[in-house]
Amino acid sequence: MHKQIFEKYPPKDKSNLIALLQGVQEIYGYLPEGALQEVADFVALPLSRVYGVATFYNQFRLTPLGENVIRVCRGTACHVCNSANILFSLETNLGIKAGQTTRDKRFTLETVACIGACSIAPVITVNDEYYGKITVKEIPNIIKKINLAKPVADKQKAGVK
Amino acid sequence: MAELTINNIKVNAEDGMTILDAAKSAGIAIPTLCHIKNLFPTGACRICSVEVEGQRGLIPSCAYPVYEGMVVETNSSRVRRARKTIVELLVENHPQDCLICVRNKNCELQDLSAQYGVREHRYSGEAKDHAIDISSPSMERDPAKCILCGRCVRICNEVQQVGAIDFTKRGFQSIVTTPYNKGLNISDCILCGQCILVCPTAALRERSQTKDVANALGDKKKFVVAQIAPAVRASLGEEFNMPLGTDVTGQLVTGLKRLGFKRVFDTNFAADLTIMEETTELINRITTNKTLPMFTSCCPGWVKYIEHNRPELLDHVSTCKSPHEMEGAILKTYYAKKIGVDPKDIFVVSIMPCTVKKFESSRAELSEEHMPDVDAVLTTRELVRYFNMAGIDFCDLPETEFDSPLGESTGAAIIFGTSGGVMEAAIRTAYNTLTGNELDTLEFEQIRGFEGVKELTVNINGSDFNFAVVNGIGNIAKVLDDVEQGTSKYHFIEVMACPGGCINGGGQPIHQKPEKVIKRIKALYEIDSKMIFRKSHENESVKTLYKEFFIEPNSHKAHEILHTHYHSRKK
Repeated sequence: MHKQIFEKYPPKDKSNLIALLQGVQEIYGYLPEGALQEVADFVALPLSRVYGVATFYNQFRLTPLGENVIRVCRGTACHVCNSANILFSLETNLGIKAGQTTRDKRFTLETVACIGACSIAPVITVNDEYYGKITVKEIPNIIKKINLAKPVADKQKAGVK
Repeated sequence: MAELTINNIKVNAEDGMTILDAAKSAGIAIPTLCHIKNLFPTGACRICSVEVEGQRGLIPSCAYPVYEGMVVETNSSRVRRARKTIVELLVENHPQDCLICVRNKNCELQDLSAQYGVREHRYSGEAKDHAIDISSPSMERDPAKCILCGRCVRICNEVQQVGAIDFTKRGFQSIVTTPYNKGLNISDCILCGQCILVCPTAALRERSQTKDVANALGDKKKFVVAQIAPAVRASLGEEFNMPLGTDVTGQLVTGLKRLGFKRVFDTNFAADLTIMEETTELINRITTNKTLPMFTSCCPGWVKYIEHNRPELLDHVSTCKSPHEMEGAILKTYYAKKIGVDPKDIFVVSIMPCTVKKFESSRAELSEEHMPDVDAVLTTRELVRYFNMAGIDFCDLPETEFDSPLGESTGAAIIFGTSGGVMEAAIRTAYNTLTGNELDTLEFEQIRGFEGVKELTVNINGSDFNFAVVNGIGNIAKVLDDVEQGTSKYHFIEVMACPGGCINGGGQPIHQKPEKVIKRIKALYEIDSKMIFRKSHENESVKTLYKEFFIEPNSHKAHEILHTHYHSRKK
């Protein structure tokens, strides 16, 4: 599926590493392990080096995204307005840490540096929707709302990946 | 040439020299952490910072070239304060369990902390917390103790060119690890242990087996036998403050006997045996037009490398087991029968300069009916610790001879411990096998020394034989490419994973001075030159072994006990 990306670049040229990784991520939404090894072989670098680059940059993901992505702004303004506790509350409610995805693949929780909505701090985004001036109390309701709006897909209920 | 002033001392330095090297040439010490001699500087740790007149900030001396009229201050209070802060920050992000640490008293961070007088905890914050990787039978990785100097990464990538570990993530989460943090044993790591030798702390260390050995020695039913690798006897004395390159063979035998070993044998005996088997295999391959060139198989790091990276070339590797595995195999067959002990009760301990040998001894290919040829491997460092634990005053030990019959050896075997030695030993015997005569000169200077790939052509019976010695696994890629394309001109290639050979193995005493290795190598060549018998085929005990047990080299029985086959590990 990702083989056509390699056609665009000369082999054994490590300067194309990041472009190749971006290409792979565009197809899958993340960097699957097998594809990472293929990229490493293609640019003739050890897998450890490619893995190092993939984990250094925030833009690369090594696990697939969940159905819903919740982003917590951890910028200065939001931090002053208690965003650390918002994040903590989301982590406890979802049972995951920032950067992780729930086991049922329903939610991915991420932090961002600043989303440029400081006037309504603290802010979280759920998919493309903004929630401003949010309090810890509202968190469980927001999660409940998402769960009601987008019921679990049938195949996931049956336990099929 | 440039004349500069360092600490008010006039120093003449060559153009392009760094401040660090210029200061060193004038006897002025500057501390370093990330710096590795002969590798391009990274300037990562900043502990080598100095003040340069006219410069606003402090300058990393390892990465800054000298110029005419430069004025440098390496020991001003500003410099000392900066260095102390760096050390304090490193210490606060470190477990500080020196009392129970394996590198206690041999740790660069500990030394710096003492040197800069760190006496209080000024930065109490979150410290990193990582699990220890104990997946490998050879090595442990403890990232909590890592100070991220990057020396291991550079040795692994730039010198050995294995690339098993690298920096991953960033900032506070930064960690040196394998792909997907999966554990050394399932990575492409060849376990050579060169990273251990450069690690300033105990973040990388051997997996200790002293407990297994102590348990075996305490078991009355076990017949515990030790064998010593050639490289150990030339380096172990260093740890007891003996002059560099002291040959401590005699003390080693006595010391091991005092620890409770029933017999102490010499791996050199099996090295002679390896030469008999390996040269016979080589000559067979040449005369019957089988797969050539042939590679040596003594180095388990090299064997693991080819299994991971070029398994399609495994046919080129000699089928001989490595010497200590041969010795173990003979101990549990020929010798067990001879002394009437059940081989299951024999516990073979190899004293090795090597970390991969631990992994090797656990390989299924090297055991017979769930009975490994070698039961435990102790590195030189572990043995030193064991001697200390037992309260043995090593320097004052009297000298004892090895036990017979697996303790006799020739000069050809002792040089197995250094790069080029196996090849030299093989040529000495191959010449005799092919011509029936003996060589006039036994020393081959072309294949001694530190060069990456060493070549030698010897004319035997009118035809030229091309030999090569690969010194350090980082130099192997080109040689393997040639073999793969069928353009290799060599007949026989020796490969040692560690630069310099076993004498600089991953299990040797830790030091940061290359000149130590040169002295150790000199000691081995000196032992060889003083021997009466210097060719493997002159070893009387090996001759007896063939007469009583194996009949001839590469016989059916020899193949069963002394040879093996390896398999692909490519993912």
